[in-house]
Amino acid sequence: MHRKIIFAAVFLCLPAFAQVELTGSWTPRNHEFLTGDGLPVDFTGIPLSEEGRIRALSYSESQLEMVEHQCQGWPVFYLVQGPFGLRIWSETDPLKGNVISYTIGGWEDRAPLTIWMDGRPHPSEYALHTRSGFTTGTWDGNTLVTYTTHMKAGFLRKTGAPSSDEAATTMRFYRHGDILTVLEIIEDPIYLAEPWILSRSFQLSATPQPPIGPPCVSAYEGSVGPTAPHYLPEKNPFVDEMTKKYGVPRDAAIGKPETLYPEYRKKLPPAAPAQ
Amino acid sequence: MRALLIAILAAVPCAFGQSPTAKASAPVDLTGYWVAFVTEDWRFRMITPRKGDYQPVPMTPEARKIADAWDPAADEAAGNQCKSYGAGAIMRLAARFHITWQDDNTLRVESDAGMQTRLLHFNAAATSPGERTWQGYSSAQWEKPSSLKVTTNNLRAGYLRKNGVPYSENAAVTEYFDIAPIPGGGQVLLVTAIVDDPQNLRQPFTTSSQFKKEADGSKWDPQPCTAK
Repeated sequence: MHRKIIFAAVFLCLPAFAQVELTGSWTPRNHEFLTGDGLPVDFTGIPLSEEGRIRALSYSESQLEMVEHQCQGWPVFYLVQGPFGLRIWSETDPLKGNVISYTIGGWEDRAPLTIWMDGRPHPSEYALHTRSGFTTGTWDGNTLVTYTTHMKAGFLRKTGAPSSDEAATTMRFYRHGDILTVLEIIEDPIYLAEPWILSRSFQLSATPQPPIGPPCVSAYEGSVGPTAPHYLPEKNPFVDEMTKKYGVPRDAAIGKPETLYPEYRKKLPPAAPAQ
Repeated sequence: MRALLIAILAAVPCAFGQSPTAKASAPVDLTGYWVAFVTEDWRFRMITPRKGDYQPVPMTPEARKIADAWDPAADEAAGNQCKSYGAGAIMRLAARFHITWQDDNTLRVESDAGMQTRLLHFNAAATSPGERTWQGYSSAQWEKPSSLKVTTNNLRAGYLRKNGVPYSENAAVTEYFDIAPIPGGGQVLLVTAIVDDPQNLRQPFTTSSQFKKEADGSKWDPQPCTAK
């Protein structure tokens, strides 16, 4: 009897824990700049480690002429940074009815992502690393929480900020009505000084988002010579482009972690008059 | 026996339609000091973007005309230096925020940048909105199982960006507050903000901003609004 009363009290007063539907098509709300301006040295907002910064500044986009780099592409975390929408579907256990996995469809430069919901462990650290990595998911109340490891080395940002094959990503999918916000926390012990936290929102759509994109196919584009195109230390000619174009200080453009906090504004020169 | 008593006491308000206070029923603790972690839109948030640099805000042609006429000196002279610190933009500021309970049904959100105060009313129906202000009038409700939803209107017209991207006094702001752990330690507050203003926006302007929790207010640095 006591047990029933306690149950009733808890049932009446506490929120019920239920999962939400995530499958369907979600169009992006591209109202935030997550991928930078496209200038060769725009690492604003990325807390790069010293090693990450050196590698980023050595990068030349001419490396994309090299067959082995053409499909270097993007690890899973491009899902939040990129401009595309999401198509999400699930696989269900035909006997038990539970979701075995979710899949987020791919795009031209992003591989499909499978999120295993059946409790399987992550593979050995020596297992194969792929562009989409290995992802498991659990529910935290109404929030899907995913964890991805085993990604190939790639980019944190397309202009050369690197990610290593030791990077891991935690994503949390929050659905509020027809808005899905994905919070992404990227850890990279080699190229990041601290976890990089990003987010993007998507709108539920009746228009289908494509579940796949054209695969990246390498092609010979002519010889680039005996060495990989690169810039030696202090020789990147684009390091001050953000300063010239937008007035962004060099320390911010090259991704120094202290530039991501409000107190860095005290180091900025007084605002220039409106132009 | 004690468990039985506690259970009955807990159930009584529910059974008779009485809600516990918002503070007592909070499914998540939002209080504390939170610092903006500016990983997105750096050049729009940490510095004042140049006139005409509006991307990627979905502005209407009318909004663009208004923004093109942005004059920060005139704003200051008119006492409107807080136009970019209103509820339509405040959670996108490079700032620290201090969240406390003002009373059992009102959350208080203060910013050090611009020294603004927002009051999030859980008992909104019982309160009169009053005159328009930069922070407008905010109604709050917990969303199961662990989110806070805030809707704000009754605003003074303001700026989404410091360089004059406008929102009108008819704008409505919907926000969702969620908390998540950071691997390795700490907490992050995620605020998804949706500004709906058909006069100035072709579609609702949607941003989501991240804040890290700080142990105390030692870095709290109140600064008045600036128009430039």
